[in-house]
Amino acid sequence: MKAKGKLAYFSPPKLSYRVWRVWRRDQDVFMKTYKVNFIPPLVEPIFYLLGLGFGLGAIVGRVEGTSYIAFIGPALVATQMMYSSFFECTYGSFVRMYYQKTFDAIIATPLSLEEVIAGELLWGATKSLVYSAIVLGVIVAFGLVSGPFFLLILPLSFLVGLLFSSIAMCFTAITPNIDSFNYPSFLFITPMFILSGTFFPLTDLPPEVQTVSNVFFPLTHAVALTRALATAALSATLLLNLAWFLVTVPFFFVLSINLMKRRLIK
Amino acid sequence: MKSKVLIEAVGLTKKFGNVVAVDNIDFNVAKGECFGFLGPNGAGKTTTMKMVNCVLPLTAGRLKVAAMNVTEQPREIKKMIGVAPQEDNLDPDFTVFHNLIVYARYFDIPKVKAQKQAEELLRFVQLEEKRDVLIDQLSSGMKRRLILARALINEPQILLLDEPTTGLDPQARHLIWDKIRDLQKQGVTIVLTTHYMEEAAQLCDRTVIMDNGKIIEEGKPGDLIKKHVGEEVLEVAYDEDVLRFLKSAFPAARLDVMGDRIQVFTNQPRGVFSEILKKFEFKAAMIRDANLEDVFLKLTGRRLRE
Repeated sequence: MKAKGKLAYFSPPKLSYRVWRVWRRDQDVFMKTYKVNFIPPLVEPIFYLLGLGFGLGAIVGRVEGTSYIAFIGPALVATQMMYSSFFECTYGSFVRMYYQKTFDAIIATPLSLEEVIAGELLWGATKSLVYSAIVLGVIVAFGLVSGPFFLLILPLSFLVGLLFSSIAMCFTAITPNIDSFNYPSFLFITPMFILSGTFFPLTDLPPEVQTVSNVFFPLTHAVALTRALATAALSATLLLNLAWFLVTVPFFFVLSINLMKRRLIK
Repeated sequence: MKSKVLIEAVGLTKKFGNVVAVDNIDFNVAKGECFGFLGPNGAGKTTTMKMVNCVLPLTAGRLKVAAMNVTEQPREIKKMIGVAPQEDNLDPDFTVFHNLIVYARYFDIPKVKAQKQAEELLRFVQLEEKRDVLIDQLSSGMKRRLILARALINEPQILLLDEPTTGLDPQARHLIWDKIRDLQKQGVTIVLTTHYMEEAAQLCDRTVIMDNGKIIEEGKPGDLIKKHVGEEVLEVAYDEDVLRFLKSAFPAARLDVMGDRIQVFTNQPRGVFSEILKKFEFKAAMIRDANLEDVFLKLTGRRLRE
């Protein structure tokens, strides 16, 4: 066991179409209360845009050649990708795993644990897609979007959501209890929310912070891509932002499944 | 026994770290039989069930279900098994009916068939009236019945019941027992764990008694009783003189002092005690049928577990 221990963290999961059965289960739960579920992504960005966009924007003036409200609008879509998927696969998955024993019930059927976790991750990504679409609708309504590329933000939100779901699931696999999610929430998610070029340009931050932000913060890359797609301001560096996701998504997807196997299959 | 073996375990072992939960056990379950695992808490019954259900990997040994190896074909095996676990893992996010529908999807049962089957199963476990109620509004007896219905959604050939009636009132327990008998009549092979001896005596064709991860006895409930504790038990109030007298009157018998009672077990046929009772007067004397609980306590001792 010890010898192949390290490799086991990255052994490729065997998945089948049954992954979607788990996804459907989570979707069924979501649809039962869809009216309340749509309140946060609809209401929150409106207040941010009114308060920060108009209020703070009046003080700030123009940022990187646009109005402040146009600067933060796309960032709100990106932060929604992070929040919706991360919290789905930390608190949400933990409750299903630990308190409701839902995973135990499912693996007694022809599904494997690998498929259960993959289904949860895909659902987290889907939730990111749905919530981001709503926030995108809000910033479109505020007239903060231009050009034809903004629709690509939707597939991007799925990809970014899949990354945050996978990272979240890694924490779920190692957390001793539900309260310990405070660590990743306040030491990882909150700093990212503030320091990823969301509310002010990354280039205005101290260089050390910029480096950390560029290397470790997925949200930095999500914000850069979303902002560019929203305003059709494409450039070659966006390929680097995209590449960042194409590398990290499979890495954390596979790692999280193996960590969960280690936690649950004794 | 000529009937077809459906579950076959050889040298089955499960360790959690240094703790041996299941210690090198062998057993067979024949098609159509009701097979019981008896044992105190921590004996390894649930662990064994989980290995049969392919959700817990073996540490050593071999385990086959319908001639398939659990480590090689877990999916095929799980398709033919229905499970009622000990703990309630019904989905609290859904209603009674929707629990069955969602579970049916995991088995690839088409929607229309699943709905029909769910309605039938709710009738079978007498929960039609609770069809659209959320899980947390069910009593524990209703939850057990729903868990049983859920275990049947894939029309299993093998039903694994882990302590199916623990914590239920007599009415609910008898209802579950009736359903289990119905299912056995329909040809379903049933494997159950219990520490209620009456349950095992009522339902099981064959039982094994487990203790500390090992199988310590195997047989039909009636045979086990006869073999270990005879047909009748004499119980009298404790008294030094009476104890001495009984020892001389039944030299081959086993005498147990339990609290303020003396219990006398013999392997002689019915009637030996009534002779004695006619001749002598004992305080609070009674003759009762020996039962599986006597066997169980004899074999696993009276020490509290866990």
